[in-house]
Amino acid sequence: MQRRDFLVALAGLGAFGLDAAAAVEFAPVLPGYRLAFPADHGAHPDFRTEWWYATGWLNLPEGSPLGFQITFFRVRTGIGEENASAFAPRQLILAHAALADPALGHLRHDERSARLGFGRAGFATDQTKVWVNDWRFEQQGDNYRAEVRSAEFAYALDLVTSGPPMLNGRAGFSTKAADLRHTSYYYSRPQLKVDGMVMLAGKTRPVSGQAWLDHEWSSEALAPGAQGWDWIGINLADGSALMAFRLRGAADTALWSAATFRQADGSTRSFPPEAVAFEALRQWRSPRTGIAYPVEWRVRLEQRLFRLQVLMDDQELDSRRSTGAIYWEGAVRLLEDDREVGRGYLEMTGYGEKMRLG
Amino acid sequence: MAVQAVHEAALREFERGLRTMAGAADLQVVGPRGGFDENIYAQLAGRPEVAEASPVLELQVKWAGSESEETLQVLGIDIFALARVTPVLLPKPASTADRLASLAEDNVFLSRAAQTALGRQPGDEIELQAGTQRRRFRIAGDIPGAADNRRLAVMDIAAAQAHFGKLGRLSRIDLKLADDVAPAAARPALQAMLPAGVLIEVPEASAEQAGNLSRAYRVNLTLLAAIALLTGGFLVFSAQALSVVRRRTEFAFLRALGLARRTLFTWLLAEGAIVGLAGGIVGVILGQALAWGALTMLGGDLGAGYFSGLQPTLQFQPLASAVYVALGLLAGVAGAWLPAREAATVSPAQALKAGGETTLLGGRGHPMLGLGLLAASLAACAIPPIDGLPLGGYLAVACLLAGSVLLLPLVAAGIARLLPERGPVPARLAAARLVAAPGHAVVAAAGVLTSVALAAAMAIMVASFRDSVDQWLHQLLPADIYLRAGQTQSSAYLDEALQVQISTVNGVDRSNFTRHANLRLAAGKAPVALIARTILADGSNLPLVGPVRLGEQPAIWISEAMLDLYGWRVGQTVALPLAGQLVELHVAGIWRDYARQTGAIMIDLADYRRLTGDRLANDAGIYLAADANTEQVAAALTAMAGPGVLEISRPGEIRALTLKIFDRTFAVTYLLEAVAIAIGLAGVAASFAALAAARRREFGMLRHLGLSRRQIGWMLAQEGALAAGVGVATGLLAGGAIGLVLIEVVNRQSFHWSMDLHVPWASLALFALGLVALAALAAVLAGRQAMRQDAVLAVREDW
Repeated sequence: MQRRDFLVALAGLGAFGLDAAAAVEFAPVLPGYRLAFPADHGAHPDFRTEWWYATGWLNLPEGSPLGFQITFFRVRTGIGEENASAFAPRQLILAHAALADPALGHLRHDERSARLGFGRAGFATDQTKVWVNDWRFEQQGDNYRAEVRSAEFAYALDLVTSGPPMLNGRAGFSTKAADLRHTSYYYSRPQLKVDGMVMLAGKTRPVSGQAWLDHEWSSEALAPGAQGWDWIGINLADGSALMAFRLRGAADTALWSAATFRQADGSTRSFPPEAVAFEALRQWRSPRTGIAYPVEWRVRLEQRLFRLQVLMDDQELDSRRSTGAIYWEGAVRLLEDDREVGRGYLEMTGYGEKMRLG
Repeated sequence: MAVQAVHEAALREFERGLRTMAGAADLQVVGPRGGFDENIYAQLAGRPEVAEASPVLELQVKWAGSESEETLQVLGIDIFALARVTPVLLPKPASTADRLASLAEDNVFLSRAAQTALGRQPGDEIELQAGTQRRRFRIAGDIPGAADNRRLAVMDIAAAQAHFGKLGRLSRIDLKLADDVAPAAARPALQAMLPAGVLIEVPEASAEQAGNLSRAYRVNLTLLAAIALLTGGFLVFSAQALSVVRRRTEFAFLRALGLARRTLFTWLLAEGAIVGLAGGIVGVILGQALAWGALTMLGGDLGAGYFSGLQPTLQFQPLASAVYVALGLLAGVAGAWLPAREAATVSPAQALKAGGETTLLGGRGHPMLGLGLLAASLAACAIPPIDGLPLGGYLAVACLLAGSVLLLPLVAAGIARLLPERGPVPARLAAARLVAAPGHAVVAAAGVLTSVALAAAMAIMVASFRDSVDQWLHQLLPADIYLRAGQTQSSAYLDEALQVQISTVNGVDRSNFTRHANLRLAAGKAPVALIARTILADGSNLPLVGPVRLGEQPAIWISEAMLDLYGWRVGQTVALPLAGQLVELHVAGIWRDYARQTGAIMIDLADYRRLTGDRLANDAGIYLAADANTEQVAAALTAMAGPGVLEISRPGEIRALTLKIFDRTFAVTYLLEAVAIAIGLAGVAASFAALAAARRREFGMLRHLGLSRRQIGWMLAQEGALAAGVGVATGLLAGGAIGLVLIEVVNRQSFHWSMDLHVPWASLALFALGLVALAALAAVLAGRQAMRQDAVLAVREDW
């Protein structure tokens, strides 16, 4: 999923000056590779970028909802491959975390970044285990644990799986454009049951909820001409799961779309571009950046028509000061026939400046 | 005023630069110049009380095309940690397309000041010197948060370590502590984790160190300026006093016409205040202009080299300026006070009579008080430095000056008594006048005394200093040729292969290598230089002072500053942090070091290499074979590395350069002396002008008695010369004493070095004679107006 590519790119440190990367052979994403677990839960340092991306809805004890997001990016920079220094920035770990609290009205977010080494950041290759400073995301058995500490908020969450990974695209080979170079290995873990603690406004409280995990890795930068993308990952109340994305061109035209739908019984179906459509219904303009984001959507998946309703309008994440990225990443409800059928996350990028990728 | 303005500008710049460097860091881990083990970073960063640790490798680097003294401060940084600890130093890529620019191995970011200094822009290439190699870098952007005037370069820490041969080393770690941890609380626990010679400091400490380094120099200059100001105040005083005396008759009239005493007194004080105020304002304006000129020409340290790499900007300081104007005002009022009181209290009838003016300034002075002050100055010399400043020394100088001014009337009378009673009439008249009315001469002479004392003291001190430095250089530079990898001791060095190569160059008899390192001995104190070179067992190739005592452990030789700052003594065993270990060493002797006020330790190169394993060198002293051609050998040596990388110099050149720098450093003191002398001479001229006006009747009488104008001129010249002579003679004596105080107390306590006394007799004598002649000239010129008057008219005034 290039959306994360974009984030990494904007992480200022993130993406990849092609000139710097030119000297290094990144591992290619090839069709026909069969994802093998648990090894593919771990990191793939030969590839250029990789991320573990958990999003979900939490409920506070009194019942009010919270959205959460935690992302760990791994970046192979192509720099310092020959450098004997222990600081050589061959691999970077970047992490973003956010909490959407309707009581506050906008996101709390923070981030950490570090190069590999000196115990400051690292990853495992045989299981999911990635950390930067005291932030970590790791597998315990087949389940996951996320820990984030920031001045404004903190959380420690256990994410319990409910079935095998959901492979997106063609058995995990996810195409991003008509040109097959723009592909990634991509699987999701929907319908994660969450339990844990959240510290907000100085108070630590127990929470529970549902979450979604993406794990994706690739080497090829985003297709040229893409302005941004829209992505959703939704846990439906009936136990099914929906992932859909589209890449937008300069004039908000869809360059490419795809979706995966898993039934509650585990049967999974991938949809081609023509089966997926996103239509914006309502705009919200950020008072901080002046950027307008569509905050109500109609999503068509073949014959089924869904509507997306956001938990709150302002879930813009402005990290220009540190990483340069402005995007919208927030909790949404999925409605079908005006009835809520699921909850998940919506991500929208490229609505401000035209994004630049290396 | 000028001195003050310049220093404020420089210091502000320096502090701002340091604040930029320290950024938001709560604590800093610092080590010797060679750096410390990078694993300390991992240990510290993992501590719970540390929120973030930012590792820094700091280097002073030469670039291709740089002047030999110019360097660029290069920081190797981890941008991720930097963003959280010292974000002001974040580099900003010029091209947003290249997002990994700040990590790329061949990229460097230059602050605006560095770009200007190097004449390069983002996108250009630059060659930096690493060891004896040149490395090519691309300028990828700037450092928007760096202080405007700071020459700074930033690159990735991995790149810096690899390019500059510093793998595994760090020079600094900036720490940001967790929110609930106070720096004072975290410090002991963190310090306990560190190896010997690596210290934890509060970031302000380096600002203090830097301030302290130049503070003694600054205080010295400020004191000089204060003496000039004092002399100036004296001038205002005497001018004001004499102008009141001259108008005694007018005042008597006013009194007779019914003007109240109080009113007259107030008027005169107001007049003095206005004169002082005007003088103060003009002085401040002149001072700003001078400061501007000095900053432009000499730099913020007035040529002393403390603030290299900074370009301070002058700012108008309302407060300081107000203080100086107020001082001018005060001098004016003080000058008017005594004569105003006298003019107001004397009865009009008495004042209307002529000739009363001599009563005012007569008297024998206060010889007992003067002697007391002289004695007090002796005692003041014994006061140890207070807060690193030689306040006792300054007190002694002040006592000496005040004491000699108070003794001046006595001296004048004494000299007058010694004068022969024969000779031509004008000479006898002049001598008689000195005997009868020493007050007049004393007013003129006091200004001369202060300025001469100051000038003579400075001359003696500077001459002694210069002479001692010259000898010191002779002793320290015995070889035929010196070769160094560049002034930057952190990034330029001679590796082992090159050292062997140097020794085998045709025509080289033998070569001695020197390694420059430094050590952190105490938190809050500046690092101490560690110099490893070949030292004879008895230390006889060092400029030693005092006895030598050898011991069991390897010998170190400490500079005088170590004695003062750390209290080390010869024969003592001390533990030095070498390569992270405390090593017991024996203090075998003390040597004189004029280069490093913060202390220096010499150790034999073989011992150093054995104890640290560091086999690099910074420079080499090369002894030529008997038949070798210096030029050819120098050429062969330079050819070993790229052009401009190795610097070759001969001891003669080094000496010349050092003395040039020395002279530049003292240029400003010469300037201040010249100002003081000018003020002294102006005092002579002013007092004689005033007196001459008051003595019109006397001149008229002398003309009636048959003296020619020329003879009166001669008389005035001799009076001037006599007055100045009294001042010069006393001034020279006082100056000699002050010079001794400067050498033995002020310099020793400020800079921690001793020097051999060297009195420049010839130039002092020349100076004294010149001054007497000038004073005579000034007296004649000042009296010309009065002499020109018609004799009859002049006498008629006296009715």
